[in-house]
Amino acid sequence: METTTTTAPQAAGSGSQASGPAEPSARRRGGRTAQERSVRWAGRAFLAPLLVYLLAFYAYPLFRNVDLSLHEYTVRSFVQGGAEFTGLANYRDVIGADAFVPALRNTLVFTFVSIAAQYAIGLALAVFFRNGFRLSGLLRGMFLVPWLLPLIVSGSTWSWMLNSDNGIVNSVLEAFGIGQINWLTDPGWALTSVIIANIWLGIPFNLVILYSGLQNIPDELYEAAALDGASAWQQFRRVTFPLLRPVSAITLLLGLVYTLKVVDVIWIMTTGGPGTSSTTLAVWSYREAFGTGLPDFSPAATAGNLLIFLALAFGLLYIRLEGRARRGDPS
Amino acid sequence: MLFPVYWMVNVSLTRTGDMRADPPHWFPRNPTFAGYADVLRDQIPALTTSLGIGLGCVALTLAVAAPAAYSLARLRPRSVGAVGFLLLVAQMIPSVVMAIGFYAVYVRLGWLNSVWGLILADSTIAVPFGVMVLTAFMSGIPAELLQAARIDGAGTWRTFVSVVLPLSRNALLTVSLFAFLWAWSDFVFASTLSRNADAIPITLGIYQYIGNNTTEWNSIMATAVVASVPAAVLLVIAQRFVAGGVVAGAVKD
Repeated sequence: METTTTTAPQAAGSGSQASGPAEPSARRRGGRTAQERSVRWAGRAFLAPLLVYLLAFYAYPLFRNVDLSLHEYTVRSFVQGGAEFTGLANYRDVIGADAFVPALRNTLVFTFVSIAAQYAIGLALAVFFRNGFRLSGLLRGMFLVPWLLPLIVSGSTWSWMLNSDNGIVNSVLEAFGIGQINWLTDPGWALTSVIIANIWLGIPFNLVILYSGLQNIPDELYEAAALDGASAWQQFRRVTFPLLRPVSAITLLLGLVYTLKVVDVIWIMTTGGPGTSSTTLAVWSYREAFGTGLPDFSPAATAGNLLIFLALAFGLLYIRLEGRARRGDPS
Repeated sequence: MLFPVYWMVNVSLTRTGDMRADPPHWFPRNPTFAGYADVLRDQIPALTTSLGIGLGCVALTLAVAAPAAYSLARLRPRSVGAVGFLLLVAQMIPSVVMAIGFYAVYVRLGWLNSVWGLILADSTIAVPFGVMVLTAFMSGIPAELLQAARIDGAGTWRTFVSVVLPLSRNALLTVSLFAFLWAWSDFVFASTLSRNADAIPITLGIYQYIGNNTTEWNSIMATAVVASVPAAVLLVIAQRFVAGGVVAGAVKD
């Protein structure tokens, strides 16, 4: 990997990194100064721990998952090895399962509704905070709190608030004359409940990034727009929104990547139920592997891998659409 | 936005007998600290374990991310683009997939239910983020400063330790803060890799609490409040530079 990239003939020994710090005399050799070479070696040396880390803690588990999904592992063969190779049978089973289509639909609904709402609310708050006012810093800080709470904390708090018998949410709804909703136990409401909690969790992240994006839009543009008689809404549509585009793009992409793989909120609040009404692909995978007493790692790994495909597909699609939009947009 | 937080505190102070009141009391009428007494009795070991895991994660994350970020930002090896892409893909891998992978490895190595195992697994949440934030920050360090160090005879390592790291203090603090909080609040790895251990982190402590008793919500919520204290403290201390650090990492690419 190291010497193949240099075209000039190298003197013997690519192990010259041992020469250490840059020699002050810029001695030329192979078309590069000794200093340049030393920096290049240092660059690799500083990067090496990360590469080792990525290999050991991302690539290998990922490889192990692919391996699991292509074999029929039992609890026993999982520990001792020797599982039968079954090719794509696990994928056929998972995709063919009755629960697959609902799980896929839940995953998509959960992801897109969450992201859209988080982004819209985060943006509204960011615009609200844009012109700093007294105590705005403090207030903004408080909006970050949900982000920093452990998920188990927010998840269990939401379960308690949405509790059907004596949860605070139903009690408030009752005051408005709305009958009791079985948020977590009614198959028709379970997904909505976890989406509500997840939106709440994601607003701070959107707020922080969009707020700082707004800080980079020069005030003069707003002044000019105001002079031209633009209303607040027009200013938002013609100035804020277009100029915020790159920041919005990265916010949405990260939101997509993070939301697709959410397990904890859903697991803590509903464990994917009742039935499979709030089961997403990630929850499915978690349940197969760890949620029951009997770990079934092969289908779990399969569902997980399908989720990665989905993330990659959406990621690429998103980047492509974004690139096209940017090219088509003269500003 | 803060209502659930208020509600958590409220419930943590409510007496068990008032818990099922209909309608629920908007503030604790007969506040009790019984829930907190339970936390002190039951959860101190779990809190200590979580503290250890959090600090271990911070150390590991910084040790891997800081040199790599310096390399990507200033030394610019040929593989910069590829590494950036790898980091993006790494973030796309669902934690449940990682958990299965780690489980498969740990089962063989006998690392299940160990604090070390959790530190390694939890660090994967923060390392890509750390590299991104630190790379963005270090790219902004004026080149003159680094050249000056070189002219004074400092090698790459000296420059890194005595110039780059001190200048990156805010970014390092941001990354440390998040590495700690994410490790502290991790649930997926804790619930998969440390299920039957004596040393369980606090998130699992709460989870088992919920599983074991569904009546003593004041204890559960008191544990939740206590588990949130580090977040609150760190937020107050670190408020100022956190937002900037996060944004530097997220927006610059």
